[in-house]
Amino acid sequence: MSTVTTSIVTPDGPVLEEDYEMVSCTAENGELGILPGHIPLVAPLKVSSVRLQIQGRTDYVSVSGGFLEVRPDRVTILAQSAERASDIDVDRAEQAKQRAEKRLQDKQANLDQIRAEQALNRAINRLDVASHAR
Amino acid sequence: MASLRDIQSKINSTKKTKQITKAMQMVSASKLSRAEQNAKAFVPYSEKMQEVVSQIAASDDATHPMLQTRAVKKTGYLVITADRGLAGGYNNNVIREVYRTIQHQHASTDEYTVIAAGRFGRDFFKKNNLPIAKEIIGLPDQPDFADIKQIASEAVEMFLEAEIDELVMFYNHYNNAISQEVTSQKLLPLTDLSADTGRSVQSMYEFEPNAEEILKILLPQYAESLIYGALLDAKASEHAARMTAMRNATDNANERIDDLTLTYNRARQAAITQEISEIVSGAAAQQS
Repeated sequence: MSTVTTSIVTPDGPVLEEDYEMVSCTAENGELGILPGHIPLVAPLKVSSVRLQIQGRTDYVSVSGGFLEVRPDRVTILAQSAERASDIDVDRAEQAKQRAEKRLQDKQANLDQIRAEQALNRAINRLDVASHAR
Repeated sequence: MASLRDIQSKINSTKKTKQITKAMQMVSASKLSRAEQNAKAFVPYSEKMQEVVSQIAASDDATHPMLQTRAVKKTGYLVITADRGLAGGYNNNVIREVYRTIQHQHASTDEYTVIAAGRFGRDFFKKNNLPIAKEIIGLPDQPDFADIKQIASEAVEMFLEAEIDELVMFYNHYNNAISQEVTSQKLLPLTDLSADTGRSVQSMYEFEPNAEEILKILLPQYAESLIYGALLDAKASEHAARMTAMRNATDNANERIDDLTLTYNRARQAAITQEISEIVSGAAAQQS
């Protein structure tokens, strides 16, 4: 089966660069599945997991603050942060989740509220992705 | 002339200083190589980002406040300095340049505000009663994107909410290990985007949902990444500057030790000569 070269790049360096048969991810307005030969496309991604499939195996990567750039032979995901399922620090994500939940209950200023929600979102996403680690 | 013992203690203390400066030089050298690696790891991200952003910005139906120049009522200065000194002119060069620009461009403090990254810059602006909008200190030597994310997005927000009408960054650009120069870069509005789109225009993208929506998400991220890039650059410069400063200090200490050793030996010899001549003259006095 044909493959598409996929790379995930963050400001702290590349996270992954491999060939995959299919890339699925959650864009701002819905799920996207990219197969080789896709037309050039740019789409922002939600804080979500990216699923990469090859030979019956699925790799999971958590991304936040990212977008997807597709060319027929290449998929590039630029994200402000991204971790493979096996690299996620579960304890830290768990702590971040609790911290954010606590802050949400405190009900402070509006801005903090939004930030806490985003932090919670990221933490939940990380934990979700980490649960897929092999 | 100083006594032998005085000179000896001076030599010893200079030697101690030399040990410290030498150690700091080596620490900075290893930090510099780490910083260079970080800057290198950032290159693929920034290049790709630049490429995509400039292509989207080049498509004609896309407009965004961050791309538009508006009348400048208030300027934001993002000043990146170090938290610690002992780095030669590193901090002073940046601060002097910013201060001169401010004096030159603005009549009153209403026309600008400073975003200070690094303790030296912050302390200077505070001491001189210049307005500081935001500050961040205690950035690690090898910063992650997460470390700078908050202040970067706050700076971008200030622009979007029209608190400031342009944002200029001042930092030390890293040329190589022995040369760093103060650079000012106009960050916002993003005006020089379409400059190098000629390279890969052949692939016109589909935008999902549309170019405008994407710009809304992408441009803040792009500006934040530029700030992060500047920080990495500045950190590399900082370590390089400190390394150079400490090497100079070590060289000076060596020179001083040599000088003092020479003086010490001269003094020792003079003392011996004097002793001999005293003995000789004493013996001569007994014989006569």
